[in-house]
Amino acid sequence: MTSQLAGGPLVQLTGVNKWFGELHVLQDIDLSIDRGEVVVVIGPSGSGKSTLCRTINRLESIQQGEIRIDGEKLPEEGKALARLRSDVGMVFQSFNLFAHKTILENVTLAPTRVRRQGKGQAEARARELLERVGVAHQADKYPAQLSGGQQQRVAIARALAMDPKVILFDEPTSALDPEMINEVLDVMTSLAREGMTMVVVTHEMGFARRAANRVVFMDGGRIVEAADPETFFTAPRSDRARDFLSKILNH
Amino acid sequence: MQFLSDNSDLLWGAFLTTLSLAVVSGLCALVLGTVLAGMRVSPVPPLRGLATFYVEVFRNTPLTVVFFFLAFGIVQIDLQFPSRFLTAVAALSLYTAAFVCEALRSGINSVPAGQAEAARALGLTFGQSLRQVVLPQAFRTVVPPLGNVWIALAKNTSIAAGFAVTDLTAALQRLANANADQLLAVFAAVVAGYLVITLPSAWLIRVVETRVAIVR
Repeated sequence: MTSQLAGGPLVQLTGVNKWFGELHVLQDIDLSIDRGEVVVVIGPSGSGKSTLCRTINRLESIQQGEIRIDGEKLPEEGKALARLRSDVGMVFQSFNLFAHKTILENVTLAPTRVRRQGKGQAEARARELLERVGVAHQADKYPAQLSGGQQQRVAIARALAMDPKVILFDEPTSALDPEMINEVLDVMTSLAREGMTMVVVTHEMGFARRAANRVVFMDGGRIVEAADPETFFTAPRSDRARDFLSKILNH
Repeated sequence: MQFLSDNSDLLWGAFLTTLSLAVVSGLCALVLGTVLAGMRVSPVPPLRGLATFYVEVFRNTPLTVVFFFLAFGIVQIDLQFPSRFLTAVAALSLYTAAFVCEALRSGINSVPAGQAEAARALGLTFGQSLRQVVLPQAFRTVVPPLGNVWIALAKNTSIAAGFAVTDLTAALQRLANANADQLLAVFAAVVAGYLVITLPSAWLIRVVETRVAIVR
């Protein structure tokens, strides 16, 4: 496999199939993501886009096919899976900051426990990252004391603290009040500009146009169409993509 | 009162025995119960099965039967505890651990699934996620039910009186049998002894509960 070579795709899904009971949620998914690429996954709800995102770090298992991260096949369980996950950041729709830990502790937990960094080193880096996402002065508060937008930016800092090879964003702005969406998208856009490899499941078409290298459109568990944003938004090839775009871009 | 002060050595010793039975067994049950709860939510089916089996056996067996087994049953397989006190501690710990496990498991289930997902997504192992993220939050929500388990344990120590441990209940039997005219005084002293253990616990539980509460 060429994917073993450095410079091969960073994330590669081959023939991935998944069922929830009778429901065939992922059907023959082939997707290859290069280093530094920003892939935005869009599609109607129930199309399998979130599930796809969650299979990449095996929060969801798959029944058929193969997923490789940086040439390495996703392990099924245990320490090897934990090690691989430490290189794959994830930002959730509902933030999922650790409720009993301060903002600073949220960011330093994995670096100290997984990477075995010293406390001082981890805290210095955490403060740097919190500064970067604009919540440095909240470091000693608890998650519930922050707004949704601030919590999500902390969640991004928490993912960045592990120096991940790729970050998965699972509808990162869907739980936010409208006025807080942009502060999160701005952080994501700057990450994209700096060359972070990102897989973003979102309904934010503005972000897709602005930051994506490629838009992947899913429907009914399949990848229906993949194209660069300009092509996709101006001249979608499939009827389903045209139909979807006409519904969301009209209002 | 004269009668009670004449027997103060016996009563004080009995009180200390009851207190140490409760505290030592409580700590053992807390540790064992936590391990069992971890096993019950683990992704490894044999561990889950073993812990479920344990809980069902000890939760559904009368405590007196557990005492009987540990005091006399295990002699059949040439085992014996070094002292009657330790026999009682073992029986109380094994029995109470099943209830600690179930209280804790309800707490674990009350922690939103996203918390464990976020921990695992960061590369924490199952054990690390449990220790660092899930259990600390679970303990906070189960302070009241664990308080109930503790109070039940404090009173369950009285079973030890039937197995030759001189606790408060044993002192009650001994003094009341020999001095029928002092029955009320003895009762009052023994009940006070139990209350001294359980009432401050109820207060302490409330304090702990408000101190460790987390905002969501």
